Amino acid sequence: MQGEELRLKIKEMMVEELMLEQSPADISDTVPIFGGAGLGLDSVDALQLVVGLEKHFGLKIGNSDAAKGILENVETIAREIEKSA
Amino acid sequence: MRSILITGGNGGLGLGIARYFLGHDPEAKVWLGVRKNRDVAETLANESAGRCHLIDLEVTDPAAWQTAVEKIIAADGRLDVLVNNAGMHRDCLLAAMPDDAWHSVIAANLDAVFHGCRAVVTPMMRQRHGRIINIASLSAVLPPLGQTNYAAAKAGVVALGQTLAKEVARSGITVNSVLPGFIDTEALTGMDEEARKNAQRGIPMRRFGKPEEVAAAVFFLASADAAYVTGAALKIDGGIF
Repeated sequence: MQGEELRLKIKEMMVEELMLEQSPADISDTVPIFGGAGLGLDSVDALQLVVGLEKHFGLKIGNSDAAKGILENVETIAREIEKSA
Repeated sequence: MRSILITGGNGGLGLGIARYFLGHDPEAKVWLGVRKNRDVAETLANESAGRCHLIDLEVTDPAAWQTAVEKIIAADGRLDVLVNNAGMHRDCLLAAMPDDAWHSVIAANLDAVFHGCRAVVTPMMRQRHGRIINIASLSAVLPPLGQTNYAAAKAGVVALGQTLAKEVARSGITVNSVLPGFIDTEALTGMDEEARKNAQRGIPMRRFGKPEEVAAAVFFLASADAAYVTGAALKIDGGIF
């Protein structure tokens, strides 16, 4: 899985795992995941997101430094999954 | 099937909790974490028609936790409930307390709970469901003389549970502490008859608790009925304040 289909699946997973109120279609590929200017998620959500990415996409994120770059937005997550596929 | 891990599986309280789960939930499968002493736990496992198993678990060893949790998930596909029950005390006035009495009690009562919670949290997050019940002690809030080490460890267990409860609440995991007072188990065997009577005089109900009375609270906190209870510290002590 890659491209638009992958990005939509990531958004669907985020809505389900993080109990977001937006619909997947309302989340843009580049909106920041964390902080008030974006989806407003916090470090607790990050933990569940990491678990969800491993569970649904087999993506293992080794440490918090790597997580910072990978979990910036849907696009950065998708690229990492495509890279590791 | 509901998969339940109880540490301190050869002690009176651990066995009481195990018996309660097995007797009140036909879907319960209990794993009793044990070390060298396992004779009583073995008897319960043999009587339980495949619903109760022993698992080697040195609770102060993070690697042992990892191995045990992996084994349970490989067998059951899930782990629903962790009861951190193992513990010990080495009472001594602080002025005379050897370093080892401090460190060993903190390791067995507080470090062990940290290792256990850390080992189960990620699998429970994957399931989006879990119940963690930490057996603290009345000493966490009403510490007697000679238990600076034990009381500090048990107070730490309560605080750890309250903090972790916030961290995992959105993942469908609850974390609660139970604070037993005087419970009639091997922990009280060191008391002579006079000491027992004195202790009972200090309890408004004038009796020690039974393991099954603690087990009933643990069973409730592990149930679906307690889905909105998290970060709680429940005293079970016959009314001591």
